[in-house]
Amino acid sequence: MKQKLDRNTIALRVAREFRDGDVVNLGAGIPTLCSNFLPEGRKVWLHSENGVLGYGPLAGPDEQDPNLINAGTQFITSTPGISFFNSADAFNMIRGSHVDITVLGGFQVSEKGDLANWILPGRGSGNVGGAMELVTGAKRVIVAMEHTTRSGEPKLVKECDYLLTGKACVDLVVTDLAVIQVTDEGFLLLEAAPGYTPDDIQCVTGAHLSVSEKLKEVQI
Amino acid sequence: MTLTKLRGRARSDKIFVTFAEAVADIQDGSTVIIGHFGGPGGMPMLLLRALRDHGARDLTIVGNTAGIGVVFGAKRDALRIDPGVLVENGQVSKAIVSYPIAPGASQPNPLEEGFKAGTIDIEMNPQGILAERIRAGGAGIPAFWSPVGVGTVVSEGKETRTIDGKEYILEHAIKGDFALVRAHKADKAGNLVYRGNMRHFNVTSATAARVTIVEVDEIVELGELDPDKIITPGIYVNRIVCRPKQFRGK
Repeated sequence: MKQKLDRNTIALRVAREFRDGDVVNLGAGIPTLCSNFLPEGRKVWLHSENGVLGYGPLAGPDEQDPNLINAGTQFITSTPGISFFNSADAFNMIRGSHVDITVLGGFQVSEKGDLANWILPGRGSGNVGGAMELVTGAKRVIVAMEHTTRSGEPKLVKECDYLLTGKACVDLVVTDLAVIQVTDEGFLLLEAAPGYTPDDIQCVTGAHLSVSEKLKEVQI
Repeated sequence: MTLTKLRGRARSDKIFVTFAEAVADIQDGSTVIIGHFGGPGGMPMLLLRALRDHGARDLTIVGNTAGIGVVFGAKRDALRIDPGVLVENGQVSKAIVSYPIAPGASQPNPLEEGFKAGTIDIEMNPQGILAERIRAGGAGIPAFWSPVGVGTVVSEGKETRTIDGKEYILEHAIKGDFALVRAHKADKAGNLVYRGNMRHFNVTSATAARVTIVEVDEIVELGELDPDKIITPGIYVNRIVCRPKQFRGK
Protein backbone atom coordinates (compact mmCIF):
# COMPACT_ATOMS: atom_id res chain seq x y z
CA MET A 1 0.00 0.00 0.00
CA LYS A 2 1.29 3.45 -0.90
CA GLN A 3 1.85 5.66 2.13
CA LYS A 4 3.01 9.29 1.94
CA LEU A 5 4.98 10.69 4.85
CA ASP A 6 3.02 13.21 6.92
CA ARG A 7 4.69 16.45 8.06
CA ASN A 8 5.81 14.97 11.38
CA THR A 9 7.30 11.91 9.68
CA ILE A 10 9.22 14.14 7.23
CA ALA A 11 10.61 16.03 10.25
CA LEU A 12 11.45 12.76 12.00
CA ARG A 13 13.34 11.53 8.91
CA VAL A 14 15.24 14.82 8.61
CA ALA A 15 16.19 14.71 12.30
CA ARG A 16 17.88 11.34 11.72
CA GLU A 17 20.52 13.28 9.77
CA PHE A 18 21.63 15.13 12.91
CA ARG A 19 24.86 13.82 14.41
CA ASP A 20 26.03 14.14 17.99
CA GLY A 21 27.33 17.66 18.60
CA ASP A 22 25.80 19.20 15.45
CA VAL A 23 24.66 22.82 15.50
CA VAL A 24 21.38 22.87 13.58
CA ASN A 25 19.23 25.79 12.41
CA LEU A 26 15.58 25.07 11.61
CA GLY A 27 13.53 27.24 9.24
CA ALA A 28 9.79 27.88 9.45
CA GLY A 29 7.20 25.23 8.55
CA ILE A 30 8.03 21.51 8.55
CA PRO A 31 11.65 22.20 9.66
CA THR A 32 10.62 23.58 13.09
CA LEU A 33 8.89 20.25 13.78
CA CYS A 34 12.35 18.62 13.82
CA SER A 35 12.94 20.10 17.29
CA ASN A 36 10.41 17.60 18.62
CA PHE A 37 12.24 14.59 17.13
CA LEU A 38 15.87 15.04 18.15
CA PRO A 39 17.63 11.66 18.03
CA GLU A 40 17.98 10.08 21.45
CA GLY A 41 21.48 9.86 22.86
CA ARG A 42 22.82 12.66 20.63
CA LYS A 43 23.31 16.23 21.83
CA VAL A 44 22.10 18.52 19.06
CA TRP A 45 22.49 22.28 19.51
CA LEU A 46 19.53 24.09 18.00
CA HIS A 47 20.44 27.58 16.76
CA SER A 48 18.08 30.40 15.87
CA GLU A 49 18.61 33.73 14.08
CA ASN A 50 17.07 35.72 16.90
CA GLY A 51 20.02 34.87 19.11
CA VAL A 52 19.68 31.55 20.89
CA LEU A 53 21.77 28.39 20.82
CA GLY A 54 20.84 25.20 22.66
CA TYR A 55 17.07 25.41 22.92
CA GLY A 56 14.77 22.42 23.38
CA PRO A 57 11.39 21.28 22.06
CA LEU A 58 8.52 23.73 21.48
CA ALA A 59 6.97 24.98 24.73
CA GLY A 60 3.62 23.80 26.01
CA PRO A 61 0.83 26.26 26.80
CA ASP A 62 1.91 26.60 30.46
CA GLU A 63 5.58 27.36 29.86
CA GLN A 64 5.41 30.29 27.39
CA ASP A 65 7.95 33.08 27.84
CA PRO A 66 7.96 35.94 25.26
CA ASN A 67 11.74 36.13 25.68
CA LEU A 68 12.23 32.47 24.80
CA ILE A 69 11.17 32.05 21.18
CA ASN A 70 12.63 30.78 17.91
CA ALA A 71 12.96 32.79 14.69
CA GLY A 72 9.46 31.66 13.68
CA THR A 73 8.34 33.35 16.95
CA GLN A 74 7.17 30.04 18.40
CA PHE A 75 7.63 29.58 22.13
CA ILE A 76 10.54 27.23 22.86
CA THR A 77 12.04 25.62 25.95
CA SER A 78 15.44 25.99 27.51
CA THR A 79 17.96 23.15 27.90
CA PRO A 80 21.14 23.01 30.01
CA GLY A 81 23.90 24.87 28.15
CA ILE A 82 21.57 27.33 26.38
CA SER A 83 23.09 30.72 25.46
CA PHE A 84 21.73 34.04 24.21
CA PHE A 85 23.30 36.62 21.89
CA ASN A 86 22.26 39.29 19.41
CA SER A 87 21.25 38.75 15.78
CA ALA A 88 24.49 40.12 14.33
CA ASP A 89 26.33 37.42 16.31
CA ALA A 90 23.74 34.82 15.30
CA PHE A 91 24.53 35.58 11.65
CA ASN A 92 28.30 35.67 12.25
CA MET A 93 27.84 32.05 13.34
CA ILE A 94 25.92 31.29 10.14
CA ARG A 95 28.10 33.15 7.60
CA GLY A 96 31.27 32.07 9.41
CA SER A 97 30.38 28.38 8.82
CA HIS A 98 29.90 27.50 12.47
CA VAL A 99 26.45 25.99 11.79
CA ASP A 100 26.59 22.35 10.66
CA ILE A 101 23.11 21.85 9.21
CA THR A 102 20.23 24.09 8.20
CA VAL A 103 16.80 22.66 7.45
CA LEU A 104 14.65 24.93 5.29
CA GLY A 105 11.28 24.80 3.58
CA GLY A 106 11.17 25.19 -0.19
CA PHE A 107 8.97 26.34 -3.05
CA GLN A 108 11.31 24.88 -5.67
CA VAL A 109 14.64 23.04 -5.75
CA SER A 110 16.48 22.65 -9.06
CA GLU A 111 18.61 19.70 -10.12
CA LYS A 112 21.66 21.96 -9.72
CA GLY A 113 20.73 22.54 -6.09
CA ASP A 114 19.33 26.05 -6.54
CA LEU A 115 16.69 26.89 -3.93
CA ALA A 116 13.69 29.23 -4.22
CA ASN A 117 11.84 29.61 -0.93
CA TRP A 118 11.05 33.25 -0.16
CA ILE A 119 8.83 34.90 -2.72
CA LEU A 120 5.84 33.57 -4.64
CA PRO A 121 5.17 35.05 -8.07
CA GLY A 122 2.28 37.47 -8.05
CA ARG A 123 2.70 38.67 -4.48
CA GLY A 124 5.21 41.42 -5.31
CA SER A 125 7.12 41.08 -2.06
CA GLY A 126 8.22 38.29 0.23
CA ASN A 127 9.97 37.62 3.51
CA VAL A 128 13.57 36.65 2.93
CA GLY A 129 14.45 36.48 6.64
CA GLY A 130 17.65 34.56 7.32
CA ALA A 131 17.37 32.01 4.50
CA MET A 132 19.98 33.60 2.21
CA GLU A 133 22.61 33.58 4.96
CA LEU A 134 21.74 30.02 5.92
CA VAL A 135 22.20 28.66 2.40
CA THR A 136 25.44 30.65 2.05
CA GLY A 137 27.06 29.68 5.34
CA ALA A 138 25.68 26.42 6.73
CA LYS A 139 27.89 23.41 6.01
CA ARG A 140 24.91 21.28 4.91
CA VAL A 141 21.55 22.45 3.53
CA ILE A 142 18.55 20.12 3.85
CA VAL A 143 15.20 21.09 2.33
CA ALA A 144 12.05 19.61 3.88
CA MET A 145 8.93 20.13 1.77
CA GLU A 146 6.00 18.45 0.03
CA HIS A 147 7.02 16.77 -3.23
CA THR A 148 4.48 18.79 -5.28
CA THR A 149 2.42 21.95 -4.91
CA ARG A 150 -1.20 21.69 -3.82
CA SER A 151 -2.22 21.69 -7.48
CA GLY A 152 0.19 18.81 -8.19
CA GLU A 153 3.01 20.76 -9.90
CA PRO A 154 6.51 19.36 -9.26
CA LYS A 155 8.61 21.33 -6.76
CA LEU A 156 11.77 19.48 -7.80
CA VAL A 157 12.55 21.05 -11.18
CA LYS A 158 15.21 21.50 -13.87
CA GLU A 159 15.37 25.26 -13.32
CA CYS A 160 13.65 27.34 -10.64
CA ASP A 161 11.32 29.93 -12.12
CA TYR A 162 10.68 31.66 -8.78
CA LEU A 163 13.22 34.19 -7.45
CA LEU A 164 16.19 32.38 -5.95
CA THR A 165 17.25 32.19 -2.32
CA GLY A 166 20.62 30.73 -3.31
CA LYS A 167 22.43 29.00 -6.17
CA ALA A 168 23.80 25.46 -6.02
CA CYS A 169 23.31 25.26 -2.27
CA VAL A 170 21.00 22.31 -1.50
CA ASP A 171 22.53 18.98 -0.41
CA LEU A 172 19.51 16.84 0.49
CA VAL A 173 15.75 17.05 -0.06
CA VAL A 174 13.27 15.17 2.12
CA THR A 175 9.66 15.15 0.87
CA ASP A 176 6.48 13.25 1.62
CA LEU A 177 7.52 10.79 -1.12
CA ALA A 178 11.29 10.55 -1.12
CA VAL A 179 14.75 11.32 0.16
CA ILE A 180 16.79 12.79 -2.68
CA GLN A 181 20.42 13.81 -2.76
CA VAL A 182 21.53 16.66 -5.01
CA THR A 183 24.70 15.51 -6.79
CA ASP A 184 26.87 17.04 -9.51
CA GLU A 185 24.86 14.88 -11.93
CA GLY A 186 21.47 16.01 -10.59
CA PHE A 187 18.86 14.35 -8.37
CA LEU A 188 19.67 10.93 -6.88
CA LEU A 189 16.82 8.97 -5.29
CA LEU A 190 18.06 7.42 -2.05
CA GLU A 191 14.84 6.43 -0.30
CA ALA A 192 11.21 6.10 -1.36
CA ALA A 193 8.04 6.33 0.74
CA PRO A 194 6.40 2.96 1.50
CA GLY A 195 4.81 1.44 -1.63
CA TYR A 196 6.24 4.02 -4.07
CA THR A 197 8.39 2.91 -7.02
CA PRO A 198 11.06 5.11 -8.61
CA ASP A 199 8.71 5.51 -11.61
CA ASP A 200 5.91 6.79 -9.33
CA ILE A 201 8.27 9.42 -7.97
CA GLN A 202 9.78 10.31 -11.36
CA CYS A 203 6.23 11.05 -12.60
CA VAL A 204 5.83 13.91 -10.11
CA THR A 205 9.43 15.17 -10.39
CA GLY A 206 10.23 17.91 -12.91
CA ALA A 207 13.78 16.76 -13.68
CA HIS A 208 15.57 13.47 -14.25
CA LEU A 209 15.83 11.26 -11.19
CA SER A 210 18.74 8.83 -11.00
CA VAL A 211 18.12 5.87 -8.71
CA SER A 212 20.68 4.85 -6.12
CA GLU A 213 21.93 1.26 -6.28
CA LYS A 214 21.19 1.16 -2.57
CA LEU A 215 17.62 2.46 -2.92
CA LYS A 216 15.52 1.59 0.13
CA GLU A 217 12.24 2.42 1.81
CA VAL A 218 12.38 5.64 3.86
CA GLN A 219 14.25 4.85 7.05
CA ILE A 220 12.56 6.19 10.17
CA MET B 1 8.09 68.47 26.85
CA THR B 2 9.18 71.21 24.48
CA LEU B 3 12.31 71.04 22.41
CA THR B 4 13.82 73.94 24.33
CA LYS B 5 13.45 71.98 27.52
CA LEU B 6 14.97 68.91 25.87
CA ARG B 7 17.99 70.89 24.74
CA GLY B 8 18.38 72.33 28.19
CA ARG B 9 18.83 68.92 29.82
CA ALA B 10 22.18 67.87 31.15
CA ARG B 11 23.71 65.18 28.94
CA SER B 12 24.11 62.90 31.92
CA ASP B 13 20.44 63.19 32.77
CA LYS B 14 19.20 60.22 30.74
CA ILE B 15 16.01 59.34 32.57
CA PHE B 16 12.75 60.46 30.97
CA VAL B 17 9.53 60.11 32.94
CA THR B 18 7.11 59.67 30.06
CA PHE B 19 7.39 57.90 26.72
CA ALA B 20 5.87 60.97 25.05
CA GLU B 21 8.70 63.27 26.15
CA ALA B 22 11.33 60.70 25.14
CA VAL B 23 10.15 60.82 21.50
CA ALA B 24 9.05 64.48 21.40
CA ASP B 25 11.87 65.68 19.10
CA ILE B 26 11.55 62.99 16.43
CA GLN B 27 10.95 65.14 13.37
CA ASP B 28 9.20 64.42 10.08
CA GLY B 29 11.57 62.68 7.68
CA SER B 30 13.67 61.02 10.39
CA THR B 31 15.27 57.60 10.05
CA VAL B 32 14.21 55.51 13.01
CA ILE B 33 15.83 52.14 13.75
CA ILE B 34 13.41 49.90 15.65
CA GLY B 35 15.08 47.19 17.71
CA HIS B 36 12.85 44.11 17.56
CA PHE B 37 12.58 40.72 15.92
CA GLY B 38 8.91 40.00 15.35
CA GLY B 39 7.32 38.70 18.52
CA PRO B 40 6.51 40.67 21.67
CA GLY B 41 9.83 39.80 23.33
CA GLY B 42 12.29 42.66 22.99
CA MET B 43 9.76 44.94 21.26
CA PRO B 44 9.84 48.63 22.36
CA MET B 45 6.06 48.71 22.38
CA LEU B 46 5.44 51.77 24.50
CA LEU B 47 7.99 53.84 22.56
CA LEU B 48 6.27 52.78 19.32
CA ARG B 49 2.90 53.76 20.75
CA ALA B 50 4.31 57.12 21.84
CA LEU B 51 5.79 57.74 18.38
CA ARG B 52 2.43 56.90 16.81
CA ASP B 53 0.70 59.39 19.13
CA HIS B 54 3.45 61.96 18.48
CA GLY B 55 2.65 61.65 14.77
CA ALA B 56 5.98 62.40 13.03
CA ARG B 57 5.54 61.56 9.33
CA ASP B 58 7.57 60.62 6.26
CA LEU B 59 9.65 58.30 8.43
CA THR B 60 12.17 55.77 7.18
CA ILE B 61 11.93 52.83 9.54
CA VAL B 62 14.70 50.26 9.84
CA GLY B 63 14.22 46.84 11.42
CA ASN B 64 13.50 43.17 10.85
CA THR B 65 9.78 43.79 10.20
CA ALA B 66 7.52 46.75 9.61
CA GLY B 67 4.82 45.00 11.60
CA ILE B 68 3.58 41.59 10.56
CA GLY B 69 -0.12 42.19 10.99
CA VAL B 70 -0.42 40.43 14.29
CA VAL B 71 2.20 40.02 16.97
CA PHE B 72 3.16 36.38 16.64
CA GLY B 73 4.14 34.51 19.75
CA ALA B 74 2.03 36.84 21.91
CA LYS B 75 0.09 35.55 24.86
CA ARG B 76 -3.55 36.53 24.90
CA ASP B 77 -3.04 39.11 27.65
CA ALA B 78 0.12 40.61 26.11
CA LEU B 79 0.36 44.02 24.51
CA ARG B 80 0.05 43.70 20.76
CA ILE B 81 2.03 46.63 19.42
CA ASP B 82 4.66 46.38 16.68
CA PRO B 83 6.08 48.77 14.03
CA GLY B 84 2.87 48.22 12.07
CA VAL B 85 1.18 50.88 14.22
CA LEU B 86 3.34 53.53 12.50
CA VAL B 87 2.62 52.14 9.03
CA GLU B 88 -1.10 51.91 9.72
CA ASN B 89 -1.07 55.53 10.90
CA GLY B 90 0.44 56.73 7.61
CA GLN B 91 3.75 57.81 9.17
CA VAL B 92 6.11 55.65 7.10
CA SER B 93 7.39 56.39 3.60
CA LYS B 94 10.20 53.83 3.48
CA ALA B 95 10.92 50.56 5.26
CA ILE B 96 14.38 48.98 5.34
CA VAL B 97 13.45 45.46 6.36
CA SER B 98 13.96 41.72 6.05
CA TYR B 99 10.53 40.31 6.90
CA PRO B 100 8.08 42.92 5.60
CA ILE B 101 4.84 41.10 4.85
CA ALA B 102 2.35 38.96 6.76
CA PRO B 103 3.07 35.26 6.19
CA GLY B 104 -0.44 34.51 4.86
CA ALA B 105 -1.36 36.13 1.54
CA SER B 106 -4.99 36.37 2.67
CA GLN B 107 -4.22 39.05 5.24
CA PRO B 108 -1.95 41.73 3.74
CA ASN B 109 -0.52 44.03 6.39
CA PRO B 110 -0.52 47.84 5.99
CA LEU B 111 3.04 47.78 4.60
CA GLU B 112 2.15 45.41 1.78
CA GLU B 113 -0.90 47.52 0.96
CA GLY B 114 1.20 50.71 0.96
CA PHE B 115 3.87 49.03 -1.18
CA LYS B 116 1.27 47.92 -3.74
CA ALA B 117 -0.33 51.38 -3.76
CA GLY B 118 3.10 52.94 -4.33
CA THR B 119 3.04 55.07 -1.18
CA ILE B 120 5.71 53.11 0.71
CA ASP B 121 9.12 52.05 -0.55
CA ILE B 122 10.55 48.73 0.65
CA GLU B 123 14.31 48.11 0.78
CA MET B 124 14.66 44.37 1.19
CA ASN B 125 17.61 42.83 3.08
CA PRO B 126 18.71 39.37 4.01
CA GLN B 127 18.18 39.38 7.78
CA GLY B 128 21.82 38.97 8.81
CA ILE B 129 22.92 41.61 6.31
CA LEU B 130 20.41 44.00 7.86
CA ALA B 131 21.86 43.23 11.30
CA GLU B 132 25.40 43.70 9.98
CA ARG B 133 24.55 46.96 8.15
CA ILE B 134 23.23 48.33 11.44
CA ARG B 135 26.26 46.99 13.33
CA ALA B 136 28.57 48.61 10.76
CA GLY B 137 26.66 51.89 11.14
CA GLY B 138 27.42 51.89 14.84
CA ALA B 139 31.00 50.77 14.36
CA GLY B 140 32.18 53.42 11.89
CA ILE B 141 32.49 50.94 9.01
CA PRO B 142 30.92 52.55 5.90
CA ALA B 143 30.47 49.35 3.87
CA PHE B 144 31.54 45.72 3.76
CA TRP B 145 31.86 42.81 1.30
CA SER B 146 29.16 40.19 1.79
CA PRO B 147 28.83 36.65 0.40
CA VAL B 148 25.05 36.62 0.91
CA GLY B 149 22.65 36.72 -2.02
CA VAL B 150 25.21 36.41 -4.83
CA GLY B 151 23.31 35.43 -8.00
CA THR B 152 19.95 36.57 -6.55
CA VAL B 153 18.00 39.84 -6.65
CA VAL B 154 20.01 40.98 -3.62
CA SER B 155 23.07 41.58 -5.81
CA GLU B 156 21.18 43.62 -8.45
CA GLY B 157 22.58 47.13 -8.85
CA LYS B 158 25.31 46.59 -6.25
CA GLU B 159 29.06 46.67 -6.64
CA THR B 160 30.68 43.23 -6.67
CA ARG B 161 34.23 42.04 -6.24
CA THR B 162 36.00 38.71 -6.47
CA ILE B 163 38.15 37.97 -3.44
CA ASP B 164 40.16 34.72 -3.36
CA GLY B 165 38.10 33.43 -6.27
CA LYS B 166 34.71 34.04 -4.67
CA GLU B 167 32.19 36.75 -5.51
CA TYR B 168 31.07 39.30 -2.91
CA ILE B 169 28.53 42.14 -2.81
CA LEU B 170 29.20 45.58 -1.35
CA GLU B 171 26.67 46.34 1.39
CA HIS B 172 26.47 49.77 2.98
CA ALA B 173 26.14 50.66 6.66
CA ILE B 174 22.92 52.07 8.07
CA LYS B 175 22.76 54.92 10.55
CA GLY B 176 19.66 56.24 12.21
CA ASP B 177 18.61 59.59 13.55
CA PHE B 178 16.90 57.73 16.38
CA ALA B 179 16.89 54.16 17.66
CA LEU B 180 14.03 52.72 19.71
CA VAL B 181 15.38 49.91 21.84
CA ARG B 182 13.99 47.47 24.41
CA ALA B 183 16.08 46.13 27.27
CA HIS B 184 15.30 44.55 30.64
CA LYS B 185 17.09 46.88 33.08
CA ALA B 186 19.13 50.06 32.85
CA ASP B 187 21.18 51.88 35.42
CA LYS B 188 21.17 55.67 35.47
CA ALA B 189 24.19 55.78 33.13
CA GLY B 190 22.29 53.82 30.50
CA ASN B 191 24.15 50.54 30.96
CA LEU B 192 21.78 47.80 29.81
CA VAL B 193 21.05 44.18 30.62
CA TYR B 194 18.64 41.97 28.72
CA ARG B 195 16.54 38.88 29.46
CA GLY B 196 16.34 35.65 27.44
CA ASN B 197 16.61 36.26 23.71
CA MET B 198 15.45 39.90 23.70
CA ARG B 199 18.88 41.07 22.48
CA HIS B 200 18.30 40.17 18.79
CA PHE B 201 18.31 43.54 16.93
CA ASN B 202 18.31 45.65 20.10
CA VAL B 203 22.01 45.42 20.89
CA THR B 204 23.17 46.57 17.45
CA SER B 205 20.35 49.11 17.01
CA ALA B 206 21.41 50.82 20.23
CA THR B 207 24.80 51.63 18.69
CA ALA B 208 23.74 52.98 15.32
CA ALA B 209 21.70 56.15 15.91
CA ARG B 210 22.41 59.74 16.84
CA VAL B 211 19.88 59.42 19.69
CA THR B 212 19.19 56.03 21.29
CA ILE B 213 16.02 55.76 23.37
CA VAL B 214 15.56 52.69 25.55
CA GLU B 215 12.44 51.20 27.12
CA VAL B 216 13.11 49.08 30.23
CA ASP B 217 11.32 47.26 33.02
CA GLU B 218 13.43 48.83 35.76
CA ILE B 219 15.95 51.64 36.29
CA VAL B 220 18.50 51.05 39.04
CA GLU B 221 21.26 53.05 40.74
CA LEU B 222 24.85 53.09 39.46
CA GLY B 223 26.68 50.05 40.79
CA GLU B 224 23.59 47.87 41.05
CA LEU B 225 24.13 46.11 37.72
CA ASP B 226 26.87 43.48 37.69
CA PRO B 227 29.44 44.95 35.27
CA ASP B 228 30.17 41.43 34.00
CA LYS B 229 26.54 41.13 32.86
CA ILE B 230 26.21 44.50 31.09
CA ILE B 231 25.67 43.87 27.36
CA THR B 232 25.16 47.46 26.15
CA PRO B 233 27.45 49.99 27.84
CA GLY B 234 25.83 53.35 28.56
CA ILE B 235 28.04 55.13 26.03
CA TYR B 236 25.46 54.15 23.39
CA VAL B 237 22.38 55.22 25.34
CA ASN B 238 20.91 58.73 25.44
CA ARG B 239 17.48 58.28 26.98
CA ILE B 240 15.89 55.71 29.29
CA VAL B 241 12.20 55.35 30.04
CA CYS B 242 10.77 52.87 32.54
CA ARG B 243 7.58 50.96 31.78
CA PRO B 244 4.67 51.53 34.16
CA LYS B 245 4.19 48.69 36.64
CA GLN B 246 1.38 46.94 34.80
CA PHE B 247 3.50 46.44 31.66
CA ARG B 248 6.76 45.30 33.28
CA GLY B 249 8.19 41.97 32.17
CA LYS B 250 5.67 41.64 29.33
